[in-house]
Amino acid sequence: MAAEPNNNQAANRRVIGKLLLTVVAMFGFGFALVPLYDVFCAVTGLNGKTGSQVADFKNMQLDDSRKIKVEFLASLNEQMPWEFKALQDSITVHPGQPAKVDFIARNKTGKDMIGQAIPSVSPGIAASYFQKTECFCFTEQLLKAGEEKVMPVLFIIDPSISEDVHEITLSYTFFIKPGTEEAGSRVITSSVSKTLANHTK
Amino acid sequence: MSAVIEEHHDDHHDHKPTGIGRWLFSTNHKDIGTMYLWFSFTMLFIGGALALVIRAELFQPGLQFVEPEFFNQMTTLHGLIMVFGVIMPAFVGLANWMVPMMIGAPDMALPRMNNWSFWLLPGAFGLLISSLIMSMMGMGSAPNFGWTFYAPLSTTYGPDSTDFFIFSVHMMGISSIMGAINIIATIMNMRAPGMTYMKMPIFVWTWFITAYLLIAVMPVLATAVTMMLTDRNFGTSFFDAAGGGDPVLFQHVFWFFGHPEVYIMILPAFGIISQVVPTFARKKIFGYSSMVYATSSIAFLSFIVWAHHMFTTGMPVATELFFMYATMLIAVPTGVKVFNWVSTMWKGSMTFETPMLFAIGFIFMFSIGGFTGLMLSIVPADFQYHDTYFVVAHFHYVLVTGALYAIYSAVYFWLPKWTGNMYDEKLGKVHFWVSTISVNVLFFPMHFVGLAGMPRRIPDYNMQFAEFNQMATIGAFVFGFSQLILLWNVVKTIRGRSTVKATDQVWEGAEGLEWTIPSPAPFHSFTTPPTVK
Repeated sequence: MAAEPNNNQAANRRVIGKLLLTVVAMFGFGFALVPLYDVFCAVTGLNGKTGSQVADFKNMQLDDSRKIKVEFLASLNEQMPWEFKALQDSITVHPGQPAKVDFIARNKTGKDMIGQAIPSVSPGIAASYFQKTECFCFTEQLLKAGEEKVMPVLFIIDPSISEDVHEITLSYTFFIKPGTEEAGSRVITSSVSKTLANHTK
Repeated sequence: MSAVIEEHHDDHHDHKPTGIGRWLFSTNHKDIGTMYLWFSFTMLFIGGALALVIRAELFQPGLQFVEPEFFNQMTTLHGLIMVFGVIMPAFVGLANWMVPMMIGAPDMALPRMNNWSFWLLPGAFGLLISSLIMSMMGMGSAPNFGWTFYAPLSTTYGPDSTDFFIFSVHMMGISSIMGAINIIATIMNMRAPGMTYMKMPIFVWTWFITAYLLIAVMPVLATAVTMMLTDRNFGTSFFDAAGGGDPVLFQHVFWFFGHPEVYIMILPAFGIISQVVPTFARKKIFGYSSMVYATSSIAFLSFIVWAHHMFTTGMPVATELFFMYATMLIAVPTGVKVFNWVSTMWKGSMTFETPMLFAIGFIFMFSIGGFTGLMLSIVPADFQYHDTYFVVAHFHYVLVTGALYAIYSAVYFWLPKWTGNMYDEKLGKVHFWVSTISVNVLFFPMHFVGLAGMPRRIPDYNMQFAEFNQMATIGAFVFGFSQLILLWNVVKTIRGRSTVKATDQVWEGAEGLEWTIPSPAPFHSFTTPPTVK
């Protein structure tokens, strides 16, 4: 309002300046929630994100007083043309007892392909107690055209896991490594490429 | 100071600009307020029509009138239009009209920005509704993911029109932020001499706090839709698990906005009720300062309760408990308000004109919505109630018989001041009673079907829910069409042929600066600031 006395106009400018700054800060805060959320999940083990590192299990005591049923899920990202399954549906283990389970993947296409499996553990609260000592998900997997491969996972459940957990589901999803998709016939969305870039680094 | 403003206007127009230009280029808080209110009223009928499509489909189990795909578009657009197109613009319109008059200011602090805030809205909603029109012409689906637009429904699986929706939300956000900045600047800098903060009418206080909420959370909504936009079109994976993102993150960002948003839609309503109840009880408001502190506490708490919308996403127990207790805590300041209103009425010489009827209806039915909210805040109970019609019943009690009833109360309360004519009291009472009976027939049975497990947002349901759904549908049609009574009453009052002229004070018990100026309020009021003792 041009006709306002100067002091009011100056006061308005100050208010607008501060409020606009708040708006920009809050817009930034929305984006800051993304890394904050990742940190929060890493600390709490929420969302079933398990470590992609070989676990250290030397100090684990076998707890044979209770049993935990571990179920396995094998699935494929929508663009992935392989076949992929677990050889057993589930096994029952004691906490602290090392166990091994085999997964099998087959490249049905006529082209050599590289895939990457991403693990997830449910319930989320169990994720940080589910220690893998060997896993095909630690590295990229090359399958030649038509090749079938048996891939083991060795794991051990930390005995300090809550008494309330009686069942754990371990799920793998196989993604295509970008650039190794079937020649010419497939459109890989950029989001999947980015995925792989994220997960394979 | 304002003598100069009037001179400026007089250069180009007569005292009041005429024709379409009066509205298009308006910088007058009253004209802009009027436009906001008419915009909101128009959207109410559009959003209401969509609701009637939903209720018609739900009259019987099985599919009757619309395909499930279209039903989803109805629920989505009904929610978006009612929240962003009806409740929020109506409150901004009321703030535009009343805040300057209540604090003795000649206009809003930033009149040109005010014009822009309003004129973004028809564009935003034109864009949103165009997607529905295109959908009806067979050109792809309108947004169909619910008003909460959860990823991946709105990202990976969203229809092409989702980008229309995103841009539309950006525009609404900019409009709300500018409106909020304007209101804060007006309240901070343009109060009449002597009007200290603790002498401001409660409506001004609640809007002051609401404006801060808007400034804090509308940018977060903009963040959420911007991330959606880049996920959909530019290859990012904020919410795509296949890309290392997380759909649950969407819910956190959305509800960080969404929960303060529900207080944005109710705090101005609290303000209205705090103006209306003392007027018709002919007593000063009970516990003025506790009202102010309660409003501030609600605003603060609104930032730390968002995850109570997400109890079923798999949170650690400690987090669930925190959000549960924080949510329950909100009942304390809200209870303070309800008790203050009741105490204001206590031993008052009450009369029951239409604004008071809607205010009492608000207190009564908003409390029902508040209690069901308290039930929903209990984690183990929420697991059962989540995504059922119980939730639908809850938020319609707080939004329809809460926010909307407060807006109706405000319209009847201030309409004589705006137009200079008394509205038709008999029609007003008919409107209130028909609405109140039908709205309860509409929403109350939803509690029962919800508790029995009927899921929301589904076009079909089990036979056992049929009777209650038929009741709800009948209530919906009566409630929907009874709003035409309000339309008729408003039109009749504006024309003013068969109505009584309003006095300056309008209501016997009315107190405050807005009642000291003539009715109808002149185009420019308080050109010389009044002094408040």
